[in-house]
Amino acid sequence: MTDRKNEPGLERQAELMMRALDEELTAEERGELENRLAEQPELRAEWQRLSRAREVTMGMKLRNPPEEVWDGYWTSVYSRLERGVGWLLVSIGAIIVGSWAVWEWITALLQDTEIPAAVRYSMIALFVGLVILLVSVARHRLSVSKSDPYKDIQR
Amino acid sequence: MAHAVGRYSDASESALMRWASGGDSAAFGELVRRNMRRGYHAALGLVGSHDDAMDLSQDAFARALKHARRMDPDRPFYPWFYQILRRLCFNFLRDRANRRRLLDEAGGWIGHDPIVGAAPEHPEVRLQREDARRIIVRAMAGLPEVQREVLVLREFEGLKYGEIAELLDIPAGTVMSRLYAARRGLADALEEHD
Repeated sequence: MTDRKNEPGLERQAELMMRALDEELTAEERGELENRLAEQPELRAEWQRLSRAREVTMGMKLRNPPEEVWDGYWTSVYSRLERGVGWLLVSIGAIIVGSWAVWEWITALLQDTEIPAAVRYSMIALFVGLVILLVSVARHRLSVSKSDPYKDIQR
Repeated sequence: MAHAVGRYSDASESALMRWASGGDSAAFGELVRRNMRRGYHAALGLVGSHDDAMDLSQDAFARALKHARRMDPDRPFYPWFYQILRRLCFNFLRDRANRRRLLDEAGGWIGHDPIVGAAPEHPEVRLQREDARRIIVRAMAGLPEVQREVLVLREFEGLKYGEIAELLDIPAGTVMSRLYAARRGLADALEEHD
């Protein structure tokens, strides 16, 4: 089917029919299309099908939103940009402050001789393990949500 | 302030783009005001939902503002902006959950023009016409993105083949072949219904 569609003659027919439906044909091309339609019943049937579809779409138009929507449009665009910059700065700040806090906590814990060494190392292992689990689960959920073939099925 | 507003509203697109690319966000605001309706309608035609079209078109303008330095003031603004918008819309449509929801909601974004001065239609004819319209809208929602895009630009924006080709940066022959495939899809849907 694809091969047939790519034949030069068929491509030309498709082009002529599209341009005829959209009133972009020259007089000469109109004559060429009419000749083809007169000679080929299959093409005539296709032309009628396409004309019917075009007739339906011709009366359709995109709905306009309420006029007041436009009043706050630009403000909303600008707010998005501001929020984007805000989130970026918050994220960078959170990563730096969070990393520093974790580093301080670990060094303080390692130096705290009142807590037995086994407990101190266990607390660090617990913390690092939780971080690894959190990152791993988040990454897995992200990749599943992108590729799960059943996610659109309502259970 | 009034002077500034006048300066922007009277300015040519090229001047606004030059100012905006130099960091003048008010000049970019004027570009948004001039193109927001068109951008919204282009997004609406692609994704088929008011809220999503509003969200995506605003997001596209925000990204355009972020990259305003890359604008070329010697070329029109809309084709540059449209490339950002269509990428966002296509990504949105590639999310299957969005696609499925849009298929379920197909039709809410389409109205129709009554023919002025035409005699009132027989209720049965009107019903058939509305039925056909519903089938077409649903079929449109299921078309491949690139076919739907060309169909929307032609049918709803009324662009000529040359204009579509320029906007999408593709040959006019490709515009016609995509349009042909799209219209065949719609014709098939109508035929299946019959």
